[in-house]
Amino acid sequence: MIALMREQWDLLLENRWLVPILLVIGFGLAFAIPEYNLLSVYVQLILMYAGINIILAVSLNLVNGYMGEFSLAHAGFMAVGAYTAVLLTMKVFPVAGFPFLFPCAVFAGGLAAALLGIIVAIPSFKVRGDYLAIITLAFLMIVKSLIENIDFIGGPRGISGIMKLTTLPWVFFWTVALVWMVRNFIYSKYGRGVLSIREDEIASDLMSVNTRHVKFFAFMLSSFCAGIAGALFAHLLQFISPRIFDITKSTDILIMVYLGGIASIGGSILGATLFTVLLELLRPSTMAALLSWLPSFVFEPLNEHFISHLGVWRMVIMPLALILVMLYWPRGIMGLREFRGFIPRRDREAHHYINPQGEEPDGATDRR
Amino acid sequence: MALLTAAKVGHQFGGLCAVADFNLELHHGDLMAVIGPNGAGKTTVFNLITGVYRATEGSICFKGTELVGKNPNQIAALHIGRTFQNIRLFRDLSVLDNVRIAHHAQINYTPLEGLLHLGRYRREEQRIIDNSRLLLAIFKLEHLAGETAKNLPYGLQRRLEIARALAISPELLLLDEPAAGMNPNEIDQLMALIQWIRQEFKLTILLIEHQMKLVMGICERIKVLDFGVTLAEGPPKMIQNHPKVLEAYLGEIPDG
Ligand SMILES: Nc1ncnc2c1ncn2[C@@H]1O[C@H](COP(=O)(O)OP(=O)(O)O)[C@@H](O)[C@H]1O
Ligand SMILES: [Mg+2]
Repeated sequence: MIALMREQWDLLLENRWLVPILLVIGFGLAFAIPEYNLLSVYVQLILMYAGINIILAVSLNLVNGYMGEFSLAHAGFMAVGAYTAVLLTMKVFPVAGFPFLFPCAVFAGGLAAALLGIIVAIPSFKVRGDYLAIITLAFLMIVKSLIENIDFIGGPRGISGIMKLTTLPWVFFWTVALVWMVRNFIYSKYGRGVLSIREDEIASDLMSVNTRHVKFFAFMLSSFCAGIAGALFAHLLQFISPRIFDITKSTDILIMVYLGGIASIGGSILGATLFTVLLELLRPSTMAALLSWLPSFVFEPLNEHFISHLGVWRMVIMPLALILVMLYWPRGIMGLREFRGFIPRRDREAHHYINPQGEEPDGATDRR
Repeated sequence: MALLTAAKVGHQFGGLCAVADFNLELHHGDLMAVIGPNGAGKTTVFNLITGVYRATEGSICFKGTELVGKNPNQIAALHIGRTFQNIRLFRDLSVLDNVRIAHHAQINYTPLEGLLHLGRYRREEQRIIDNSRLLLAIFKLEHLAGETAKNLPYGLQRRLEIARALAISPELLLLDEPAAGMNPNEIDQLMALIQWIRQEFKLTILLIEHQMKLVMGICERIKVLDFGVTLAEGPPKMIQNHPKVLEAYLGEIPDG
């Protein structure tokens, strides 16, 4: 019985119409939910944050998981994308009249971030590991203090009054498009190059992998995605300031990546989703509502000393969570493994052994 | 014309002179061995040819192209393949991916085609998969294509390393102690394998080895290094009886 169900399930997964159908349904829902208020505004908001977080986690995983470096710069690339897009929608494009210009602004944010990605990519040719991590940290701090010191873009006060142009369909579109691109990149010669650099950079170089090209493109793609996510984020929150894009933000993305598992797209999607939900639970109002069943002599002191200060506790809880995950659960939920659906059919079949009689023993899907 | 010419090559690590005045001429189809005690500088010679280190003196020419100053990946793309003394596979990747990665320089598509899986991507990927599976079949590893490299037993890892080196379609193949850790039976198989791939892929092979059985059995010329200096070079018969070589291997030979 179970074997039969498994077989059916495998057949379903093999169906080449599965992904297109799921995408059409997803798109339909993304349009229908805000249109007919199928979900509360709050849940819609969480869905949009989840999408943005998925983009961030998947793209950071490219550098921190697949390549095995440790980048802290992701929030910096987000900031570049956010500020670029916001300047375009507020000062350059007449977006109010032409909402279809919004994707152009978002795309420009991605491009600006990708360009700055070169600043991190070039040192990565020479230095690795801890030293590169320090360079990415320096990059993050430079971006932050640059923004703080440019009055034209609001300095430390930031920019408010941004139009709310990020909608559920747009988030859905960018999430699908970018995850698809990162996945394609990983299952190309460049992605295999990235993996081989993580495994043994010198051997990889000696096996004809142009390690500089590979690193260059990987950093560009990763920061491009972060820029897009920043642009979407800015037009959802409707307010940006340098403080939003500091090391705390980078830490959040790191937690999503390591919780979900390194070198796994499916893992990053899970990690980002889990993190988004967890963050909502850590809000004082949600937590208070969740714990209100406690007897009042427990609840009142808890509320006074802990729940109402969760905004501050968050700064302790999240880094602590990162340390705990990295120490005790280094592989995360899906570390080095992948859902079959994300592996191109050609790649999966290539790893199967078909012996001359045509029988097909089990092939391993957990390869990475 | 010689396939590979090394002229007056020298290399120092800090003050230590690892290789000095190294000269070598390899012709198409040669099968040559480099022998010498541990620390003689044999692996360093391989690293100089393949660009891991930059020779401090001299020049290395491959088919008329100067190799000194080039990156390892540029040299590999000229079709010089190698294996390592200590196995250096991509341990966490599949057996198939280990071989596929070494095709990198031979895959023709742009990053954009790779990003969108369009254009030449499909054709090129299929070509590389077919070629990789062919190589795995030759080395009787095809049924392990999906296995993680580190899970292979030692002997198979050594075979996979040779398969991976062949994936860059080398004209010159450098094997660094291919028989290390093998029993006599396995060494016999390895000798047959080396001779077979040499015929089949029209290879020129330079190998480092301590196993005299293998060296004397299949190599046509032998070069002896000691403390970075060339002691002797010639056919096996000559090397076997060369007084300087005996001295280096067996210690001082008493008079008479
Ligand atoms: N990266 C390095 N840095 C410093 N010294 C090295 C390095 N690599 C090799 N050596 C030294 O160079 C000499 C030759 O080493 P090697 O070529 O590995 O010898 P072999 O392969 O003949 O055993 C040894 O004395 C070794 O210690
Ligand atoms: Mg050696």
